[in-house]
Amino acid sequence: MTQNQTEKLQAIREAMLAARNDAHPESHLIGILHKVQDVFGYLPREMMDEVAQTLEIPTAHIWGVATFYHYFNLEPIGRHVVSVCMGTACYVKGAASVLETLKKELGVEVGKTTSDGLFTLQEARCLGACGIAPVMMIDEKIYGQLDSKKTVDIINQYRKAAAEEKSAVGAETRRGKP
Amino acid sequence: MADKQYKLTFCDGSGCLKNHAREFRQLFEEELRRHQIQQNVQIHLSGCLGMCTKGPILIVNPGYIMYGNLRPEDAAEIVQEHLVNGRPVSRLIIQEDHLYNRFFRIFGDSEFFGRQMRIALRNCGVIDPEKIDDYLAMRGYEALAKVLTEMTPQQVIEEVKKSGLRGRGGAGFPTGLKWEYTAKQSDPEKYVICNADEGDPGAFMDRSAIEGDPHTVLEGMIIGGYAIGSRQGIIYIRAEYPLAVQRLKKAIEDARREGFLGERILGTDFSFDIRICLGAGAFVCGEETALIHSIEGFRGMPRPRPPYPSVSGLFGKPTLINNVETWANIPVIIIDGADWFSRIGTATSKGTKVFALAGKVRNTGLVEVPMGTTLRDIIFGIGGGIPNGKKFKAVQTGGPSGGCLPEKYLDTQIDYESLAKAGSIMGSGGMIVIDEDSCMVRMARFFVEFTQDESCGKCTPCREGTKRMLEILTRITRGQGKPGDIEKLERLGTMIQKASLCGLGQSAPNPVLSTIRNFREEYEEHIHQKKCRARECTALLSFVVQDNCVGCGACKRVCPVNAVSGNRKEKHSINPNLCIKCGQCYDACKFNAIAKV
Repeated sequence: MTQNQTEKLQAIREAMLAARNDAHPESHLIGILHKVQDVFGYLPREMMDEVAQTLEIPTAHIWGVATFYHYFNLEPIGRHVVSVCMGTACYVKGAASVLETLKKELGVEVGKTTSDGLFTLQEARCLGACGIAPVMMIDEKIYGQLDSKKTVDIINQYRKAAAEEKSAVGAETRRGKP
Repeated sequence: MADKQYKLTFCDGSGCLKNHAREFRQLFEEELRRHQIQQNVQIHLSGCLGMCTKGPILIVNPGYIMYGNLRPEDAAEIVQEHLVNGRPVSRLIIQEDHLYNRFFRIFGDSEFFGRQMRIALRNCGVIDPEKIDDYLAMRGYEALAKVLTEMTPQQVIEEVKKSGLRGRGGAGFPTGLKWEYTAKQSDPEKYVICNADEGDPGAFMDRSAIEGDPHTVLEGMIIGGYAIGSRQGIIYIRAEYPLAVQRLKKAIEDARREGFLGERILGTDFSFDIRICLGAGAFVCGEETALIHSIEGFRGMPRPRPPYPSVSGLFGKPTLINNVETWANIPVIIIDGADWFSRIGTATSKGTKVFALAGKVRNTGLVEVPMGTTLRDIIFGIGGGIPNGKKFKAVQTGGPSGGCLPEKYLDTQIDYESLAKAGSIMGSGGMIVIDEDSCMVRMARFFVEFTQDESCGKCTPCREGTKRMLEILTRITRGQGKPGDIEKLERLGTMIQKASLCGLGQSAPNPVLSTIRNFREEYEEHIHQKKCRARECTALLSFVVQDNCVGCGACKRVCPVNAVSGNRKEKHSINPNLCIKCGQCYDACKFNAIAKV
């Protein structure tokens, strides 16, 4: 766990303690789950238990909420989340073929993570970028007016960046050795 | 505000001169020197502006604030309040100056913007949304000041009622009445909610409105809070809109710092604060009772109404819920007046409506037009028509709750009643243009797949009914449609409409029923002739190699089932018995030699 994550986790624990004293502790639940997902990328079971204990809400209730809303992931996700917009405008402009391209390129089905842990493929409800349909969102960045080639190019950019980072880290480690 | 640059234009025509314009200007320049801000101000003289009865006239930019009927003693006030404190002097701004005018002055000379009338979006594209000073320069928070100092809550409600404003979320309930019902409740604890859970696929009005001008939503909500007697506002917004959330957070902080939010707003006894509550990706949470459950920390499931939220809403307290666009209209109604506002639009639908124009249309984007504009004006006028020489087929309004209207309805005037009469709904403002390349059965299937997936599962008609509809539609698009399917869809649809618990379920069959009503022949072709005229349902197509094939072999290489045969440099052929209609050969052919028939 990085320094940043530890700090964020601390902030969540403080937010939970504050929520417990509120007149309506449950009303902070979804906000807290958002923060948990922000740290871990998904909702780990142990964290749900911790939230349950601190807020004095049954884990079953939290599980019910977490499974109801599409935004929450119950499994670990890849480093980059690729969400293909399946809104009406994107649909009309060929989102289905963008999704097919991605399935083929990444070799995974929707909701799954690539074996190298780099990408998780998701379908998204309208991302609200209908003017530049079809679109996909990688993490928080939107890519619009996609076709098959452009989609693959974008994925390759991320792969390249990850590979470069890896070799840079490798070089760093080698240099660091006596 | 000492660093801000202003450009002042004094009318120097003979009409204004007769009204002592020069004396006024001299006094004004003295005031500038007294405040030592002459270096921040550029002064221009203009010829006659033609508004001689209102002279002397002074225009201040940025903001294009036009002052008229100026008297010598006003000079000191304008310099002090507007140029030094950044707050335009509203009592001197002349009447013709409506808030929406600013947008028009900047963007009005293009085809796309010139045909629009921007009230809710008046500041989008005009101000820097992260600068509260920019909003203030556009007479921002002036409506709030007016309400708090000059109007009783009852007068505010009367003004909103008189304006004829109706809910912009889609259902069109009169806003003033909703306010009145909530105000009447005697419970001292009440809530104000802004519904920014914009979930319709193909709609992005609320996102753009908040990203472009977050303060107007806050101002509307604070005024609503004052009118009904609430201390707490909540904005429920989709987590999928990070930029909008970030801008709202900044706007709330800035408004608190400037005294527009928090304890004793603008020195009055009224206190009000706003917090943000993030949604988590559930379409049904746009329904007000589901939204309330979601804020309370539960699964977002609707409940039967009554009691309406105005009586028993968040935490069982009276709650006023309005949509983003509705809130954005409030400051304009207060400043420019209900009389002015109600002159725009049709007999039953007042003001303007924002639409998210998308799909097969040249100019996609947000458009705001007066109620009563025709669909044709929007699609072919502002939207610039259909690209690539294709033919218009239908326009879909109201998202998954709405319907598809064919060409014969293009001259329908947009208002709540006319769209309903034509078989669609106003909805929150999604407007998707469909051309001849789209299959209407698939379109209907797309929406049902959406509502089926988003159905919360609480009531059976919606949960099971949409599932059965989806099965039938899927079968039809796969070429397995049976006689009687259309009638079955109609029967199911009517039943779901009548028996579902909430708006999502009641409106879920609309896309199917409206396409059956307007495009029945396409359904029949799919079922009886196994034909898809838009060539979208691949299962109903066969791929045929045409005579211009050069025999390059590209199709043969990509075919996953070896259905393509032929020698090099000779015409190839596809074996229909092996072909799985994946379409890869069609994409791979560089000579357009493969046809879908």
